[in-house]
Amino acid sequence: MTDNSADVTASGSGVQAVTDGPTVETGTGAQLPAEERAALDTVLRASSSPDDEQPYRELGLKDDEYARIKEILGRRPTDAELAMYSVMWSEHCSYKSSKVHLKYFGETTTDEMRAKMLAGIGENAGVIDIGDGWAVTFKLESHNHPSYVEPYQGAATGVGGIVRDIMAMGARPVAVADPLRFGPADAPDTKRVLPGVVAGVGGYGNCLGLPNIGGEVVFDESYAGNPLVNAMCVGVLKSEDLHLAHASGTGNKIVLFGARTGLDGIGGVSVLASETFDDSAESGTGRKKLPSVQVGDPFTEKVLIECCLELYHSGLVVGIQDLGGAGLSCATSELASAGDGGMRVDLDRVPLRATGMTPAEILSSESQERMCAVVRPSDVDDFMAVCERWDVTATVIGEVTDGENLEIYWRDELVVDVPPRTVAHQGPVYERPVQRPAEQDLISADNPNTLSRPSTPDELRAEVLRMAASPNLCSREWVTAQYDRYVRGNTVLAQPSDGGVLRIDEETGRGIAVATDCNARYTRLDPYAGAQLALAEAYRNVAVTGATPAAVTNCLNFGSPEDPGVMWQFQQAVRGLADGCAELGIPVTGGNVSFYNQTGEQPILPTPVVGVLGTIDDVTRRIPTGIGGEEGETLLLLGETREEFGGSEWARVAHDHLGGTPPQVDLAAEKLLAEVLLAGSRDGMVSAAHDLSEGGLAQALVETALIGECGARVVLPEGADPFVWLFSESAGRALVAVPRSEELRFTEMCAARGLPCAKVGVADAGSSSVDIQDVAEIPLAELREAWEGTLPALFG
Amino acid sequence: MSAKIGVITFPGTLDDVDAARAVRRAGAEAVSLWHADHDLKGVDAVVVPGGFSYGDYLRCGAIASFAPVMTEVVQAAGKGMPVLGICNGFQILCEAGLLPGALTRNSGLHFVCRDQWLKVDNTTSAWTTRYDAGAELLVPLKSGEGAYMASPEVLDELEGEGRVLFRYVEDNPNGSLRDIAGITDARGRVAGLMPHPEHAIDPLTGPTDDGLGMFLSALDALVAA
Repeated sequence: MTDNSADVTASGSGVQAVTDGPTVETGTGAQLPAEERAALDTVLRASSSPDDEQPYRELGLKDDEYARIKEILGRRPTDAELAMYSVMWSEHCSYKSSKVHLKYFGETTTDEMRAKMLAGIGENAGVIDIGDGWAVTFKLESHNHPSYVEPYQGAATGVGGIVRDIMAMGARPVAVADPLRFGPADAPDTKRVLPGVVAGVGGYGNCLGLPNIGGEVVFDESYAGNPLVNAMCVGVLKSEDLHLAHASGTGNKIVLFGARTGLDGIGGVSVLASETFDDSAESGTGRKKLPSVQVGDPFTEKVLIECCLELYHSGLVVGIQDLGGAGLSCATSELASAGDGGMRVDLDRVPLRATGMTPAEILSSESQERMCAVVRPSDVDDFMAVCERWDVTATVIGEVTDGENLEIYWRDELVVDVPPRTVAHQGPVYERPVQRPAEQDLISADNPNTLSRPSTPDELRAEVLRMAASPNLCSREWVTAQYDRYVRGNTVLAQPSDGGVLRIDEETGRGIAVATDCNARYTRLDPYAGAQLALAEAYRNVAVTGATPAAVTNCLNFGSPEDPGVMWQFQQAVRGLADGCAELGIPVTGGNVSFYNQTGEQPILPTPVVGVLGTIDDVTRRIPTGIGGEEGETLLLLGETREEFGGSEWARVAHDHLGGTPPQVDLAAEKLLAEVLLAGSRDGMVSAAHDLSEGGLAQALVETALIGECGARVVLPEGADPFVWLFSESAGRALVAVPRSEELRFTEMCAARGLPCAKVGVADAGSSSVDIQDVAEIPLAELREAWEGTLPALFG
Repeated sequence: MSAKIGVITFPGTLDDVDAARAVRRAGAEAVSLWHADHDLKGVDAVVVPGGFSYGDYLRCGAIASFAPVMTEVVQAAGKGMPVLGICNGFQILCEAGLLPGALTRNSGLHFVCRDQWLKVDNTTSAWTTRYDAGAELLVPLKSGEGAYMASPEVLDELEGEGRVLFRYVEDNPNGSLRDIAGITDARGRVAGLMPHPEHAIDPLTGPTDDGLGMFLSALDALVAA
């Protein structure tokens, strides 16, 4: 095969390319110099040269996948077609290893769970009806590998991508949240990756005017060479404004708008998301590649958001699709697949910011801040006027045809002629081998209850402080202070609360709550139970704000699907999550899978991050996290405390131990707890609530006192083992503060409903310490120094 | 007839909805003004809200200060119209020459979002009459380039004429000289500050409602005029 690699030279550090070839301008009919025409791989040429060798392996396609493409087309693919198929059939875009397992989500979703879903799995993002004509859309996505290569831009464009997914549903993005996972807090490379990722999330999200209302920061050795940067976005729309990606109506125009298309991010999807990132520099079509991580411009995205919303409100959009992974390849094939006809696109019209780009490069480019709309011909002028008002570049690049194929032209030559569904939806599907690793039994047998425990009051006191200061439990203020949580003025709760709460309707006070969670140590011990515990915690974190959990999204981060042990973890986690959602009666509305998260042969801890969205009819009744809001509060521990230390934070901090079994899952108890919290919030019986998770009761007490700036006197129940009560991580529990006047009513309700409820103390506004009877009295100042000092000391 | 207060939207402005909400909460009519129009739509006062106008390209506020609407704002301010610049708006007013000094990168080099204590120094400007001298307010601060800088002569002049509106108390979050959080012009009509009073108008969504006083003060000034 000949290519024209001599025309383009990478500049090395940026996204610009220099060339001595012809300047590319918009508009069709440009004459192609004879030598370039000779090099151009057209459909005609592909038909007449069936035996030309093609670099499909370098593009990540297997032999049988390549053979399948030839079978579909009845000839070899052109260079441009090969680029499209290779990127769309990559793991990242096609879900080829996960598809057979993800089906289970659909199989376990009942009609009742589906009742409030306006759009579900398969759309850009799930949408649920929250009442009063309002709908909410939300989704989690990963940007792990780019963020390791280039922390700032990787994290920034992760935010940008998920925000465009939400916009593609016709919604106004209203909030973001970022679950982040890094190597050990004190590891040298964490000092490179974490500050860059946090600055990237803040730099991009703050500039978009989206409050950051949640997320996570977790440290673990397994993420040292493969951090996890997941991003969540929530959007709001009126139910009737829902826009699904489809291209219907012969003659309708395809409009590309937003940023120009350049050489950045070419191959980003296939290389970065499908393989590990050690030797990609010289692979590909034989040309030297530009840096694969895309570069974002949040200002362009902010303007694009406002422009899109004005276009929606003016009724000028028939269908819309964002350009993310796989760029135009994805957008055109997805739009055409979802419509009822074919599509013709003229690549010459695509506004470019680099010269000498080939059709394959234009189709694969992942330049950020671009959207693609389907517009009625009679609306094109109005559409362009709105774009002009926002200074957004917009170009008609094609139209819907009455044919069946996606036809793409370059210099008046047909370079792509494919059935769009074969690109977008009929990629390969693998039944990867699944094998429970033998070592799993050894891990389960490694009982944490044999570890030496603190027992004297002095030892317990020291342990409370050591835990509070440990990297996974300490204050996240260093991170969250770099994110704007106030913009747009609807944030009712944000960090350090368990869940973020946002007002949606200023008239009625209707709102939503979101939380994301995953304890990957639990998932390592038992992927089925671990995924359910992640679901349970996110569910509980929404419930403690006073909201009602309503829908689930996920971002499933795992190692290589080619490792049968990893596939077993994945299969188990999917089943656990789906079964758990069925039991709780809330649907999974969408999600994302990220495989190949490993360093060499060593996979990350299986990390199925679960996001739960809840609804709240009146945000003024939200439950705060800190105690001391009311005069005279009783502290009650809801739920059952057992001796459970498998995968616990205490076992890690004290013994660097990971073994045994995770805490018991009881979703019926989680549901009951949520119902009691809701009733408590509705009837004004609960003045503060904090979920118990990593670090157990001790950590919950420390946080609720520090956040509320209020002391507490704690008396553990008669005969309780203080160590177990303070540090066990039994699920299904929450610490609540109840005004003394409501105590009897509340405890009677718990008793009537069968929810264990133990009085563990009182808030004491007059005291400036947490006094745990027979254990220790620890001044708030000392606790604060421990809890707040860790991250600033590590990261400056 | 209620007073009309304009809120400008530039490409990249973020806190315009918040500023408009604060204006309405204070009892005035909020009028949106578009960056590209030479038109103040007959408003009695103007708020230049926060955000990243023009992506903060070149220098924060630099490009916005040349927008058509700013020509009108500068002219109206010259005739005594009350103008308030918040965060990026403060940067824009400095770039437009309505206020002295400049805002530079935070001394800690990070974007800082936190609830910040401020002390009221000036209670006579159009935007601060509702406060008591020495009162302490808790208002969100959220900025990456909020360090107030000016020459010693300018700082002396500001302090000598009582034109420092607010100072940071407890600790200085961004390295602003003399802890200055907000200032006013010589006539006390144009004001600028880095913290966000429009995010502190309701304890439900902000730390306090301490910020509402700035908008109520402006209404008083308009009624008195």
